[in-house]
Amino acid sequence: MTRHIVARTTEIPPGGNKVVGVDGRDIVVFHVNGEYFALLNRCPHAGAPLDKAACVARLTSPEPGIYQRSQVGELLRCAWHGWEFDMRTGQSWFDPKRVKVRTYPVVIEDGETLAKGPYVAETFPVHIEDSYVIVEI
Amino acid sequence: MAATRIDCDIHPAVGGTRTTLLPYLDDHWKEQVVSRAIDGLDLTSYPPDMPLSGRADWRPAKGKPGSDLEMVQRGAFDQLGSSHAICNVLYGAQAVYDPYMAAAFCKAINDWIAAEWLSRDKRLRASIVVPLQAPDLAIEEIERRADDNRFVSVLVLAQGETLLGRRHFWPVWQAAEKHRLPIAIHAGSEYRAAPSSVGWPSYRYEYYLAEAQAFQAQVLSLIYEGVFVKFPTLKVVLMESGVSWLPAFMWRANKTWRGVRVEVPWVDREPASIMRDHIRLTTQPFDSPPDAKGVAEIIDMIGSDKMFLFSSDYPHWQFDGDDAIPPHLPESLVARMCEDNPLETFPRLKLAA
Amino acid sequence: MSDVIDRPALEQEASAKSRLRIIDCDIHPSLHSRADLYPFLSKRWQEHLKTYGDHLRTPYIGTTPYPRSSPLIARRDAWPPTGGPPGSDLGFMRQQHLDPLDIEFGLLQVLDLFIFSQQNLDFGAAIQRAVNEWQLANWTSREPRLKASILVGQDDTQAAIAEIERCAKIGQYVQINVSPRANEPLGRHRYWPIYARCEELGLPLGIHVGGYGGHAPTGSGWPSYYAEEHQSNAHSMAATLTSFVIEGVPERFPKLKIVFIEGGFGWISSTMWRMDQHFERFRSEVPHLKRRPSEYVREHFWFTTQPIDEPDEARHLRALIEWVGVDRLLFSSDYPHWDFDDPRFAFKTPLTEAERAKIFNGNARALYKL
Repeated sequence: MTRHIVARTTEIPPGGNKVVGVDGRDIVVFHVNGEYFALLNRCPHAGAPLDKAACVARLTSPEPGIYQRSQVGELLRCAWHGWEFDMRTGQSWFDPKRVKVRTYPVVIEDGETLAKGPYVAETFPVHIEDSYVIVEI
Repeated sequence: MAATRIDCDIHPAVGGTRTTLLPYLDDHWKEQVVSRAIDGLDLTSYPPDMPLSGRADWRPAKGKPGSDLEMVQRGAFDQLGSSHAICNVLYGAQAVYDPYMAAAFCKAINDWIAAEWLSRDKRLRASIVVPLQAPDLAIEEIERRADDNRFVSVLVLAQGETLLGRRHFWPVWQAAEKHRLPIAIHAGSEYRAAPSSVGWPSYRYEYYLAEAQAFQAQVLSLIYEGVFVKFPTLKVVLMESGVSWLPAFMWRANKTWRGVRVEVPWVDREPASIMRDHIRLTTQPFDSPPDAKGVAEIIDMIGSDKMFLFSSDYPHWQFDGDDAIPPHLPESLVARMCEDNPLETFPRLKLAA
Repeated sequence: MSDVIDRPALEQEASAKSRLRIIDCDIHPSLHSRADLYPFLSKRWQEHLKTYGDHLRTPYIGTTPYPRSSPLIARRDAWPPTGGPPGSDLGFMRQQHLDPLDIEFGLLQVLDLFIFSQQNLDFGAAIQRAVNEWQLANWTSREPRLKASILVGQDDTQAAIAEIERCAKIGQYVQINVSPRANEPLGRHRYWPIYARCEELGLPLGIHVGGYGGHAPTGSGWPSYYAEEHQSNAHSMAATLTSFVIEGVPERFPKLKIVFIEGGFGWISSTMWRMDQHFERFRSEVPHLKRRPSEYVREHFWFTTQPIDEPDEARHLRALIEWVGVDRLLFSSDYPHWDFDDPRFAFKTPLTEAERAKIFNGNARALYKL
């Protein structure tokens, strides 16, 4: 696995995302509820870009008329056919075992630590005072 | 009678309100019916003289097809080889607008079928006819019959004023579930509005074809409104619905649900999975593909041999000859659909009558 | 079921992309705003559009009665960066859809203002004309790959025929469209003058899902949920097919070709079996039918493929295709709607080269004489 710097943390506001190309793949990084999640930017159904998905709550219900919300903003409803995926695990709602989006580990590192290496910075100049989103691919 | 073969759909016919049902009406309704000549409730769905309504050899010399008990016994039992049969009366009490009249007529039908059919032949069972116009009165009728084990299901028409999944009807399903009565949705319309989303058909043939879509809409309503979440042991039987439309209908429902689930989050699994657990279909008519390979594929696509219930639809003309089993069904399925599936779907069949 | 995709994107694109040029039989352009139609409307109707607006048999002015899965029924990535609703920007449509998918021809279906269902018939006649002119001025004259359809409100037969005549003289339209959710089932005799004209002109009749015909989406009233209403489109198409066949439209107009658009094709074979099954029982009611119903379907009807069915087993989709017949199918995407079919991924069952050529190009090419 290689660590790739994909963004400064300040580049991705809460509720936002950034798409980066890494190793020939489009990766989308989301920032929600104080965490960052990285997924392959292609829905397994028909290849839709997940960066355009709606970010919504995980919705469950014990009976008609009751709406239970959790993990607000961490569920993706794909931009095309509305398939739901959990950002954390990449699992689809309707078939979590067999239909998933590939996810990648994310760490946040500050510039000072990063200056010590190793990393692949692509086009990133690293500043000691900033912190950075690192995706392992 | 060697093997058990339960015919889940036969149709005894009511001759008339002023004739057949009169003895079962109270004094008020007797007077209304006679002095106002209230009669003739055969549904527009089934004119008695049209070919489908009665196979030629099942028409008595006098009266409507299905009106003569002995003829029905000879047909359903002797000729078609059933050991038991469930009576579904399609006389249009359910379509009456006045809820109290509807309730009185439904009660009369149930009293009549009990007295003149079920009591005369131990092989017969019946669905309870209910006035869904007024859900509380429908519940009263269910409660009235609950201790009579010869009533094994609740009969409703495929097209009414309101979709069957709506909250409006939940108390009725609750009562049915409590008494282990599946809901038997039978082809037929109350004609409160056009019996099709595209308007009023010109021909009875066209209307009959549209019934397939009516059943599909009802299944979607029951699933998406969460009826099977509220009433997890409730089963629903589609009677005279056709069967071969089921696979593509299942796939479209699954496809839609995957994308729109947030609208109905209480539907916690694929609609097709819910159908396999809760929906059953009688096998006449099947609307079969023309060859054995096609039939095998349809069965494979449906993915559950528990869904099929043997029926003849007597005296409706769905087939010729003495064999009510649709062509090319595998033997293993035939065995299940004639006995195991009906016993599982109508649990009261096992109770002493 | 599809599994995790983790190959680099470029490799996948190249392997999945069809070498075949595609004819897309259902693309939805949209108005940037209603003012787009002003150049094609008299002052009187501009004012009417601004003030009274639509008069449709539906509760709301500003939205479809059943809230859709996503804003404006569209893919969330289909909003043009220049502004305007999905489908309103030709440049973005080229960039996102026509060019990357190598669309040879795209057939337009305009849903804005739902001209087929307008209760004010004079207004309906005015805006149907405006929409038909707008298609040429804003779309097909600027982009030769796009083809226009003559949209007519079927319930005002006289105005419909006048508009058909007007557009036919111009000669740049590939089909004539009416709505399946009309006042009456489309097979009814009152609509036959329209079909006579279609047949005489040699133009296919296109039926696209949707409409506010004054009937509920089911024969038992109004469903609560979009999930139900969305699937009811297939039901309306099945009922419309039986109406055409049973009323004898193909019997009476043997050269008429009818295209069902955006209904998908899963429901067709069981509808044919059901029609055939009961034909003997009801034959005496319909002596005008000289052939088995399924024969009429196999000779006079075509069906666009979207929304394609997604059985768990690929072989089941294969069976469905064989039952309907490869010759009956026309690829469509429904761009830019949310439930659109991407031609690279929608058919999750192998097709032979010849079958692909027919479904994605040849059948439409022959039918529409492209």
